Amino acid sequence: MTGTPRTLHRFHGGLRLPGNKAQSLLSPVRVMPVPPRLVLPLAQHIGTPAEPLVTVGERVLKGQMIARANGYVSVPIHAPSSGTVVEIGDRAVPHPSGLHAACIVIDTDGRDETAPDILSDDPTQLDPSELRNRIRNAGIVGLGGAGFPSFIKLNPGPERPIHTLLINAAECEPYITCDDMLMRTRAADVVSGARILQYALQAETCLIAIEDDKPEAAAAMRTAIDASSEAASMAVVQIPTVYPSGGEKQLIRIVTGREVPSQGLPADIGVICHNPGTAAAVHRALIEGEPLITRLVTVTGEGVASPGNLEVRIGTPIADVIAAAGGYTEHAHRLLMGGPMMGFALGTDAVPVVKTTNCLLVASRTELPLPQEQLPCIRCGACVDACPVLLLPQQLYWHAHAKDFDRIQDFNLFDCIECGCCSYVCPSHIPLVQYFRFAKTEIWNQERERAKADIARQRHEFRLFRQEREKEERAARLKQKQKALQTPGKSGDDPKKVAIQAALERVKAKKAGSGTTAADAASTPPADGEER
Amino acid sequence: MLTAILALGILAGLFGLLLGYSAIRFRVEGDPVVDQINAILPQTQCGQCGFAGCRPYAEAIAAGEADINQCPPGGEAGIRALADLLGRDFKPLNAEHGQHAEKTVAVIDEQLCIGCTLCIQACPVDAILGAAKHMHTVIEKECTGCELCVEPCPVDCIHMVPVQQDISTWKWPSPDDCSDTAVVPDPVDKTAQP
Repeated sequence: MTGTPRTLHRFHGGLRLPGNKAQSLLSPVRVMPVPPRLVLPLAQHIGTPAEPLVTVGERVLKGQMIARANGYVSVPIHAPSSGTVVEIGDRAVPHPSGLHAACIVIDTDGRDETAPDILSDDPTQLDPSELRNRIRNAGIVGLGGAGFPSFIKLNPGPERPIHTLLINAAECEPYITCDDMLMRTRAADVVSGARILQYALQAETCLIAIEDDKPEAAAAMRTAIDASSEAASMAVVQIPTVYPSGGEKQLIRIVTGREVPSQGLPADIGVICHNPGTAAAVHRALIEGEPLITRLVTVTGEGVASPGNLEVRIGTPIADVIAAAGGYTEHAHRLLMGGPMMGFALGTDAVPVVKTTNCLLVASRTELPLPQEQLPCIRCGACVDACPVLLLPQQLYWHAHAKDFDRIQDFNLFDCIECGCCSYVCPSHIPLVQYFRFAKTEIWNQERERAKADIARQRHEFRLFRQEREKEERAARLKQKQKALQTPGKSGDDPKKVAIQAALERVKAKKAGSGTTAADAASTPPADGEER
Repeated sequence: MLTAILALGILAGLFGLLLGYSAIRFRVEGDPVVDQINAILPQTQCGQCGFAGCRPYAEAIAAGEADINQCPPGGEAGIRALADLLGRDFKPLNAEHGQHAEKTVAVIDEQLCIGCTLCIQACPVDAILGAAKHMHTVIEKECTGCELCVEPCPVDCIHMVPVQQDISTWKWPSPDDCSDTAVVPDPVDKTAQP
């Protein structure tokens, strides 16, 4: 789709940041050998963690499903290499909390034996819903960093027709170059995967948005598109290099000029975004028959000896990945998973690479200086100028600081994409994004508590009702008995005597009527409270 | 002049009748603000506020007999919400009624339980499963941590344990609650074995 250039639009705010990408682009992609041990967390995606299918001691093959999807928003997990399952339990996982979570641990046998019977027919002959199922069963999630199950983003529903598939190859965050490298080396796979996604969505157009600091990648993609059969409906769009143009809503604004509604989804305006790594994974799964078991990871920073991009099996311990990138240098000070703006620090490298690990940044003290002392807010408004979502970080900070979680939501706290532009420009060095994250998790926690409290209240009210009912029933029974005792019997005798006589007759009838002999009666055990 | 007085008099009479009728026809039983207060309270039913449960406390607040800062499980967030609802000023939790502690649940030691049902009768949300001379157990999901079951147990087999935190319930700490100097995680533990 060459011809007239597209009109591009600008989003509010944003920053021009030093790229720091050159150092990881000097060497070609290195394929990491399979490590001796793989640790697969069950929760590598947004949604419910997967459920293990294997047991300890079982031998698994490369590509075999070892945990199945649990519920709708969930995908399965596959063994990245052949070996034996040695443990299914809680282990350290890469998460800002440092907490442990359930993992399947595999000791690899070095044979890398592939599981038989992997499907590979022409995906465009499949029914779209069968296609979505295959993508789900391949364990594919958004590889841009969020890890949302990709099959759900291929099913927006009949009320939301999609006209444009937007491949988000902006890669706007400094240091990260895995998408750039992927497009330079495997553009055909990305185009093939994009074609499949476009078919699944029945979208008329597929646009691949690349920042203009990646001319080689753009050229490679253009060549691949021209060589493919879908050249008419696919095009590369080069966008200015501004952070965070890779934010989904910002990118849609740049390319289409339209704004995704607040609390809404891109599908609401007919657009769906996918990462190029996700597209390549779709190609690998549906055409080459390999589920999601490997990904490109950028290992960079002054703390590694030879930065670059590595193809890593999911579940490889980060310590092994750093070793494969030349090991730590003497400048290594902090280890980040992700980039310098949106990544989080890891306290140890004894955690595994997961599906969403796009970058490992081993930073020196100069690259990532210690945060400076926080000063009071001077209401300068630099944060408001920088915010790409047109929020008021100043007000959000004020209410987060005051722990006023009702008023903070009036300022659209949940529209914040935590890009870090506001924190970056703040002259008082206020860690704004940290305040917003605190407020968000606090509000979610309060909502959970409120739901629990509502249930507890219902249980309590039912208990009071039940006690009342038991009291009334008891009172009614007592009244009945008293009435029976007061009315005189047929023979005019004392009503109590009548009642006792009736009870004795009942017992006799039971003994006779059940047809048991004395021996049987002796062997049946008595029920509680009943007389022998 | 007379017509003016007559007109106003008739209008007053009409509106009076309308209001009187509305007062009877649209009468609301109970005080709706009590329901609103009760919806804010954490429903622990623990009695630390000095009342026999959350609803009696809500009724007392509405009647002006109790202050809004007597509920430890509700914590600061609860007091703020009440202050917001009732238009009163926020005040810190009254320490006489207890401290805001981390969430706990009751656990019955099954080796010691004798099946006496005293704890079942004490639990305000019926979170204990069991019957006479049968094993009792606490349904963890329904337990509010009120601790009312601990005392009645004749063999002291109930203990309060803190609720396990996992990744899905973890909360980011506020930068205000972190140490004074910038939060610096320990340099990477490079010698750790996977």
